Amino acid sequence: MTDFFQLVIAGLATGAIYALAAVGFTLLWQASQTINFAQGEFVMLPAFFALIATSVLGVPFWIAVLIAITASMLLLGLTFKFAIVDPLIKHGPMPLVISTIAVAILLKDGIKEFYSAEAQPFPSLLPSTLIDVFGVKVSVAQIGVFFIAMAAIAALQHFLSSTRTGRQMQATAQNPTVARILGVPVERMILYTFLINAALAAVASVLISPVYFAKFTNGEPLGLAAFVAAIVGGFNQVRGAIAGGLVVGVIDNLAAGYLDRIGVASSYRQAVPLILLVLVILFRPQGLLGRKEERAV
Amino acid sequence: MRPFASLTRRSFAAVSIAALTLAAPAFAQDTIKIPNIIELSGAGATVGTNWKNGSSLAVEEINAAGGILGKKIELVFVDTASDPGKARAGIQRALDDKPIAIFGPIYSGSVSATLQMTNEAEVPQIIGGEAANLTAQGSKYIFRTSFGQNVSMPKIANYLRDGVKAKTIAVVYVNNDFGKGGRNSIMKELDSRGIKVVLDLSTEAGQADFAADVVKLKAANVDAVFVYTNEEESARFLIEAKKQGLNKPLIGETTLLGQKVIDLAKDAAEGVKGHVGLTVDADIPLVKAFAEKFRAKYNYASDHNGIKGYIAPYMIKAAAEKAGKLDAKAIAEALRGMTISPTTTPGILIEGTWDATGEIDRISFLAEVKGGKQVITQTLPKLKP
Repeated sequence: MTDFFQLVIAGLATGAIYALAAVGFTLLWQASQTINFAQGEFVMLPAFFALIATSVLGVPFWIAVLIAITASMLLLGLTFKFAIVDPLIKHGPMPLVISTIAVAILLKDGIKEFYSAEAQPFPSLLPSTLIDVFGVKVSVAQIGVFFIAMAAIAALQHFLSSTRTGRQMQATAQNPTVARILGVPVERMILYTFLINAALAAVASVLISPVYFAKFTNGEPLGLAAFVAAIVGGFNQVRGAIAGGLVVGVIDNLAAGYLDRIGVASSYRQAVPLILLVLVILFRPQGLLGRKEERAV
Repeated sequence: MRPFASLTRRSFAAVSIAALTLAAPAFAQDTIKIPNIIELSGAGATVGTNWKNGSSLAVEEINAAGGILGKKIELVFVDTASDPGKARAGIQRALDDKPIAIFGPIYSGSVSATLQMTNEAEVPQIIGGEAANLTAQGSKYIFRTSFGQNVSMPKIANYLRDGVKAKTIAVVYVNNDFGKGGRNSIMKELDSRGIKVVLDLSTEAGQADFAADVVKLKAANVDAVFVYTNEEESARFLIEAKKQGLNKPLIGETTLLGQKVIDLAKDAAEGVKGHVGLTVDADIPLVKAFAEKFRAKYNYASDHNGIKGYIAPYMIKAAAEKAGKLDAKAIAEALRGMTISPTTTPGILIEGTWDATGEIDRISFLAEVKGGKQVITQTLPKLKP
């Protein structure tokens, strides 16, 4: 039973980071009805901003993290919206989706070419001190990662539901035409969505990089896990993305821990979240916590 | 005057072009290109980058000292992206130019996919791969820069029996040619020494999350854990082992104690022990001098792959000088059964002997990670002194 709890705790810590990235998919879907296939690279890149800040500017790590979040909001939020999304969205979702794939390649190869193809060590904000939780030894870092990720999402939820700007953002997501008639500055609300997505991606990057290390290829597994999480949880609901992230994180770890006990090699662990994805698409296409959307003909 | 001036200019241009055209082959013949087909991106980026830097440093030195048989060397780097298919394509293109030798690949899977090509073309291939089966596939043209697993695993098995005094053990390996080769070799060696393998744990190349693997290891009743994965995976494993408080001796072979792993895993690598075939921390003046030159040039400490890359050009230099000509077949012929000593070729760093299959024999080391560094605890002699 101790093993089970150990796997669940580790899965929740990783799943919380998937959730942060998955929320980004949800936010951009609501804002622009498009899927950002560069979301994984959006999580990969901020770690390098932090590394550059510490090595070039020589600032302490926590300041480097703030610089990374700010740089992400400027490059992956502001610039992404004005340089990529705005010019292409008027041509429909498909050109934009394809251009996000191009952005992913550009960011990945840019880091490989101008920084390094090698994995870089990345400091942890949290200590690896071991604590005893109901007989299970877990590190402060694991617990901390989970709570920081959840706190970031809780802050987002609070912002969206309890502030005037947040409610305007929700109105924009639900029906931009009506929101505009009611006097909501729709363009600005969409911009805020992109900025929030970039900030959440930067937080995810800072939390995951001590485990994955900072590497140009990190975007692929992270993007895939977050995408699966968003679909499993529900692409059109932030709470769905959170649930999806946690479910994918825990199921992946439990699969790695127990598959060989039922005679299946644990190397098939990567297939389990994908099987879940197929089952959800077949039997609950809107996701576990998603909202069913009717499409007008 | 105008027509004459114009004619003079035209004549001058024509003569210049003719002179350059004639000079070009002569210039080309003064420089020998050696293709370096290595892992510069993908999972093997760390390995390939170290090899690239080591081989570049050696070629600079060789060229500064007059080259090989009076010819300067130019390395041509091709990135395999750690993919055997791309390695094959790179080797095929390189062989079209009829080189005197090919360096790389370093990943055993890529070496395995290419060694018959160099064998058929009769071009010596200086490899970084360590899988045991590479030298058993009938190629007469591959030459190792480090021990094959058939040489290193008996040494680590002896250490597990005599040094660690392990009776039961868990084996963690990466599910690729390198890992499976090492796993098969160590299983055989452990079995012959009466050490029982209680847990046989396969992991994936590029795996990021080792939580489940460490949970299984914590539950296993073993005296030690033998870890045989690539650099980044090794570092991630060590971090997870520390995170979960895995308190069993972690033993590795070269990679687990490598400098890149120590740099990535930081204090999680403390206390790791094992066997290393090549290390910049060896108490050998030539190795120490190499380590200083490498650090001064690239601003980081070389790992064993940097040394492997460094000695590759010196292997070709020594063999070509023995053969007396820059000919691929003659160089391979010279390398077979050759002992290269640092007294005649300082760049070889440690005396090495290559047998007819390209297997290398030289001294090696037992080491431990202490204070963020690899510390040598014992030097093991050559198998055939």
